[in-house]
Amino acid sequence: MTAPPVTLRNVHKSFGPIEIIRGVSMDVAAGERHALIGPNGAGKTTLFNLISGRFPITSGEIRVGENRIDGLPPHRINRLGVSRSFQITSIFHRLSVFENIRCGLLWSSGYRYSFWHPLARQRALNEETERLLEELNLAARRDTMAGLLSYAEQRALEIGMTIAGGANVILLDEPTAGMSHSETEYAVALIRRVTQGRTLVMVEHDMKVVFYLADTITVLVYGQIIASGPPVEIRGNRAVQEAYLGALAA
Amino acid sequence: MSEKLTSPARAGEVETRSVEGEGDRVGTYAKMLRADPITLTRRYAATSPARRAGEVLLPWLLALAVAVVLPWLFYDFHHARHSGFALSMFSQMGMMIIFALSFNMLMGQAGLLSFCHSVLFGFGGYSTVHFLDSAGAGNLPVPMELMPLLAGFSGLGLAIAVGYVASKQRSTAFAMITLGIVQLVTTAATMFHHFFGGEGGIKTDREIGISLFGLEYAKSIEVYYLIVAWMMIAAIAMYYHTGTPLGRMANACRDNHERAQFVGYDPRMVRFLQFALSGFFAGIGGGLFAITYEIVTFDAVAAPLAANALLMAYIGGATTFVGPVLGAVLITAMQSGVSLMSNSWLIYVGVLFIAMVTFAPAGLTGIVLAHAPIARAGMLRRLLVPYLRMVVPALLVLLGFVGLVELSSFLTIGAAQGKQLALFGHSLAITSTTPWLVSLICLGGGGYWLSREATRFRSVWDDLSAGLRTASAAR
Repeated sequence: MTAPPVTLRNVHKSFGPIEIIRGVSMDVAAGERHALIGPNGAGKTTLFNLISGRFPITSGEIRVGENRIDGLPPHRINRLGVSRSFQITSIFHRLSVFENIRCGLLWSSGYRYSFWHPLARQRALNEETERLLEELNLAARRDTMAGLLSYAEQRALEIGMTIAGGANVILLDEPTAGMSHSETEYAVALIRRVTQGRTLVMVEHDMKVVFYLADTITVLVYGQIIASGPPVEIRGNRAVQEAYLGALAA
Repeated sequence: MSEKLTSPARAGEVETRSVEGEGDRVGTYAKMLRADPITLTRRYAATSPARRAGEVLLPWLLALAVAVVLPWLFYDFHHARHSGFALSMFSQMGMMIIFALSFNMLMGQAGLLSFCHSVLFGFGGYSTVHFLDSAGAGNLPVPMELMPLLAGFSGLGLAIAVGYVASKQRSTAFAMITLGIVQLVTTAATMFHHFFGGEGGIKTDREIGISLFGLEYAKSIEVYYLIVAWMMIAAIAMYYHTGTPLGRMANACRDNHERAQFVGYDPRMVRFLQFALSGFFAGIGGGLFAITYEIVTFDAVAAPLAANALLMAYIGGATTFVGPVLGAVLITAMQSGVSLMSNSWLIYVGVLFIAMVTFAPAGLTGIVLAHAPIARAGMLRRLLVPYLRMVVPALLVLLGFVGLVELSSFLTIGAAQGKQLALFGHSLAITSTTPWLVSLICLGGGGYWLSREATRFRSVWDDLSAGLRTASAAR
């Protein structure tokens, strides 16, 4: 498994006359855990939506490894090994937990649009699904309808679906948002475990989580990057403190 | 801080234990929170293969046995002949089961409401008429038994063309496109005489003289068994489809089409393929229609037929595989049976539909499944008395409603046809006040009584469900 780097070059995004992302260039090294922080409305989620192909970019260039991915539809980007989670839980709510995870595995296992493979007989696929359920600590809930899970369980499922396909680039949008303290601890341990050896980009508001998980932190303010570097450097950065961290400390 | 973060919370494990506790109340309650029945008709682990094969086969064998035996229950041994009415009704049921199931591949399974499903059915029918003509003239050496397969491919072909356009959109926009298509094709059917034969439709003769089993298909019973065979094949194939990657991704796109994209699937492709396959099965149904009636008119492509499929799927229950089968049987029985007894049968179908959508949007199978958690907890008995108490007022409401509808009907259409309203052999004077008054009192009084009993039932039901919920939340 070779995790590719993610490169953004001078990316712009406008919604009508309003420019949300104003020339972002960013390098996420292969295999690193990269946190994206910034005040509300800075454009963090928008940037995620651009990388994952949910919205087209206005101008610029986004590459994953050698592949240029801007302009591709989301499913094509996903097939290149980029997988994302959503800030607002996005799961298949009427399918069982087991089915949700298995849906996350289908394409990458090469089933494509098959209407001839009986899923119940696909041993390797089902075993891999079970293994992931164990890893996510959702095995006891395998037959529960996903829409009926507790909030924290749904978040775990969300992360599980994101990593299920074995994508090498993982984008997590506020994975711990709305979680209690113990749930956050559990989620962080989970993220750390399952993203081993993959390139991770995450948007996160919880500074404890950010400083604990991230190898590199990028600070986005009003659609522009004001600082990027290792946690120690960012913590000491005056501009960041004024724009963001200072407000939290006060 | 970092030491704290490395130790994951143990909450998950505690939970695992309590849910696994076999036989305890909480465990029982936890079982009520089961997922979508379409997806859960198959269990994946902890069942031995032998038992699973039996579980899967049994309902199919039962259905086959019922279908095979059914016409013989109406056999007239005195004259040694089949009941024409029963045979034609069961034949109609067979093709409508295929049609409703294929419709539900879109609605229940993919969340797509298609108004042009009749077009795929009808096109299969029209094509089959032409195939039969060719075969009869000796130009198409295809045995009768395989004609429905050709019809299926016709349906598939048209579905590929239509689906290419329709699948560009989903939800309301998809429904609008299909509405446009059905109007377009219905108009075309009355205009292009070569293929569709205009308003009179096209006729054929099914005695083409080519059969794998040397059958003539002169008798309706032979056609009936041909329908049964294809109904079983189509139903099993459609059921099999629900458990394939495409079938599952159709469910996934129905629930959350955006997320499907981020696991690598193009929802448009899923819609397109699902549409094309459903067209294949609808075409088979249409082929059987053409073989049975030997005539196909533009009614077979028109929107009312698609609306029928919607009624069947909805009344039977679109969230389960078997729902549309129930719906097809029920609606066809009403069409054949009740229409003989009453001019106003369409009113009853309409009221039934409105009542179902209002009070039981998950359909008949939904009603049954809603009882499952209570049954699993062994508390079904507590519903028995509240149910029984509703029987009499419900019958009164039914009597009053039917009475009013029939009285009105006989006052207008019936009078024009010179018919007399008769009840238990006594003719009723529809212009006298008594029957109207009795009906009104039945409807009003029964309605009031029923609403009181329904409230009672509701509170018992809510108590039971709340009990189950608290127990499962306390796990």
